[in-house]
Amino acid sequence: MNGEITAGAPGVMARAAAAGEEPSDDFRREVGGHADESGGDMCAASGKVLSVREAGHRYGDRFGCRGVSFDLWPGEVLAVVGESGSGKSTLLGLLSARLSTDEGSVRCQTSGGELTELATLSEREVRRLWRTDWGFVHQNAADGLRMHVSAGGNVGEPLMANGWRHYGQIRARAAEWLERVEIPAHRMDETPATFSGGMRQRVQIARNLVFGPRLVFMDEPTSGLDVSVQARLLDLIRSLVADLGLAVVIVTHDLAVARLISHRTLVMKDGQVIEHGLTDRVLEDPQAAYTQLLVSSILKG
Amino acid sequence: MGGQAMTLTDQRPASEPRIVYNEGYLDEQTKRAIRRALLKGVAIPGFQVPFASREVPMPRGWGTGGVQVTASIIGPEDLLKVIDQGADDTTNAVSIRQFFERVAGSASTTHTEQATIIQTRHRIPETPLAAGQTIVYQVPIPEPLRFLEPRETETRRLHALEEYGLMYVKLYEDIARYGHIAKTYDYPVRVNGRYIMAPSPIPSFDNPKMHMSPALQLFGAGREKRIYAVPPFTSVESLGFEDHPFEPQSFERPCQICGSEGVYLDEVITDDAGGAMFVCSDTDYCARTSSGTSTEGAPQ
Amino acid sequence: MTHSPPVLSARDVAKTFTLHLQGSLQLPVLQGVSFDVPAGRCVVLGGDSGAGKSTIMKMVYGSYLTDSGSILLAHREGLLDLATAPPRQVLAARRESMGYVSQFLRAVPRVPAIDVVAEPLLDNGASRSQAREQAGALLSRLSIPERLWELPPATFSGGEQQRVNIARGFATFTPLLLLDEPTASLDARNRGVVIEMIRERLSAGTGMLAICHDAQVRQAVADHIVDVAGFAPPREEAP
Repeated sequence: MNGEITAGAPGVMARAAAAGEEPSDDFRREVGGHADESGGDMCAASGKVLSVREAGHRYGDRFGCRGVSFDLWPGEVLAVVGESGSGKSTLLGLLSARLSTDEGSVRCQTSGGELTELATLSEREVRRLWRTDWGFVHQNAADGLRMHVSAGGNVGEPLMANGWRHYGQIRARAAEWLERVEIPAHRMDETPATFSGGMRQRVQIARNLVFGPRLVFMDEPTSGLDVSVQARLLDLIRSLVADLGLAVVIVTHDLAVARLISHRTLVMKDGQVIEHGLTDRVLEDPQAAYTQLLVSSILKG
Repeated sequence: MGGQAMTLTDQRPASEPRIVYNEGYLDEQTKRAIRRALLKGVAIPGFQVPFASREVPMPRGWGTGGVQVTASIIGPEDLLKVIDQGADDTTNAVSIRQFFERVAGSASTTHTEQATIIQTRHRIPETPLAAGQTIVYQVPIPEPLRFLEPRETETRRLHALEEYGLMYVKLYEDIARYGHIAKTYDYPVRVNGRYIMAPSPIPSFDNPKMHMSPALQLFGAGREKRIYAVPPFTSVESLGFEDHPFEPQSFERPCQICGSEGVYLDEVITDDAGGAMFVCSDTDYCARTSSGTSTEGAPQ
Repeated sequence: MTHSPPVLSARDVAKTFTLHLQGSLQLPVLQGVSFDVPAGRCVVLGGDSGAGKSTIMKMVYGSYLTDSGSILLAHREGLLDLATAPPRQVLAARRESMGYVSQFLRAVPRVPAIDVVAEPLLDNGASRSQAREQAGALLSRLSIPERLWELPPATFSGGEQQRVNIARGFATFTPLLLLDEPTASLDARNRGVVIEMIRERLSAGTGMLAICHDAQVRQAVADHIVDVAGFAPPREEAP
């Protein structure tokens, strides 16, 4: 899977690289700051899934998160880390159009391939994105599943929502996905209410991938699970993301999760982005005082 | 409140009615409001119109929605038929009929083809309805998506955006569990190619009768405060999968009283030893078929 | 010296660590780091431990931030400055232009050894069967018995893990290969195999930057030794 360059743009990218330039709207790794975005946008319409500039969401007169900028490309996993209250969940809500963009801009790729400002989409269009382009894996499976509908029905529902009307085909596709997330076939007609926490999360992942989204949001998908179950789930997410070329924004308080599955990490504190860059760079050579504290307190021991 | 009023009534001669009802029991404002809801329902077939459900002299859940709809459309020249599970002679049917005779001055009938208004719980008569007739359904739960989505705000959104994947989940679950769609009453339908609608708890046997019916079909849910409608000659399609299409119930035996086939049968227990017989649920149809009186256009 | 352009060229690179948790202590570790890695040559970073060899390696790979200077890598028929490249380009360079054999294997739990080795090939567009076949050949060459291929390397011995790591680093053909103590926990026979593999790649034109304490291996492969001690900043303040 090569998510690096997309149709129409390889020459441009290669030349930019050859000249030692960065496409001006590309993600910057400088701590906190962002390069001026006004320069020629050499990668316009080149397949970004999400493009965020100085975005913020306000609760009353207080910002839940503010000044967030990044781009996300197919095949990329971006981890958003921070303690509870750092604004990472607010950011996820903002990116997924569950919360309003009160300042700045959040643009997402829509079916035509072009980037569209989220705030300009109607409710119908946003819901269409949820049906066809976006997945959301909740921390608590009960928020993302119908606990008293069979696993097969849960995975089949997005297909039915997209107009599938052939029972046999719906069932076959659901079975295929349940197998992919390692749910035994004979449990397909049982409800998630009877499943373990790890199995529920796997059903939730299948439900969110079955319709072929291009962007998946994950909110602490592995917390609350046993360590061994967590590792297995992370490995599953990692291989699915690679196989499908998905773009993922995963919110986690656990740096180990970020290290295992993300390419890039964005560290948040008090609603601000403290640091962002390659995940191994952020974890091995943290620049901000807060990131150093996080890394030293979490990774050691 | 009552002290003075009591003395007043007590002083009246016994022959004079103690309370005077407006025609149709409901006041004119309420009837107008309900008629507006009905018109909106007719204009948007299958769409649930909220209305301010009033008190009527029966408990919620006993057909108060149907009674309010009937009260808003009935006049002295109407002939009202009321059935409960197909029978004209059950307590509830008789009470409602008598209620309207008293408050609306309407006449009553048990003959389907003579009635101008038929209020029903759980059945559509076997005798085909004709243009000019109105059938009023009593509805306990008007929201077909309620089974899977408890939030009213969400179900309204799903209807508005025509997102009906959820409805099929219920059918999927049936097939996964029983090998076929097990729902045999209140079987969901799509009206006029747009709204998904609960037909009220009629047997799925009756569903095909709703499709392109020449009669006006009105639905009232008193407890849930919803009114909806299907205008005459409107498509009403029962949901199904391509490989598991809707199949109405069918009965392999004839009625043991009148011998009719292709009708909806009730099982009637006849003795303490478990003996039973299968007879027409539509008492009017059964009685007249067995006595040889004509029920024109009825099925064989 | 060689006349072909270097695959890697570091100029005036400096690195200072700021320890915020210790009163924002400034710890300058390197300055004026300049060297070239020509194609087909192996440059070994020499010097005592603590001199900053690993720091240089990590700046080249991008897991340490470069404070100043430039690190130019031959990438996609051009040059990419790793000191300032944005993450996406560093990832692309890692995929296409520089391999890394680290001292320790960092693999995701549950992934079989053969898939760990095959992953860089898959990332570069190889088919799954083709990638696994090549990965298997590398593992055989490094004497990892076939019965271990489908097991996750987390359970392997140190030497076995090291060899899986080497196989992974050698799976793709990149213009630059970074070797961080590639033979530290290997026996003599496997060390010989690794030396042989390094020489093959060198003669095929790969440039290498290595940290290697093993004198025997160093003598066998090093074309040039850069003494990192020469890049030590002057000690101004005593801690």
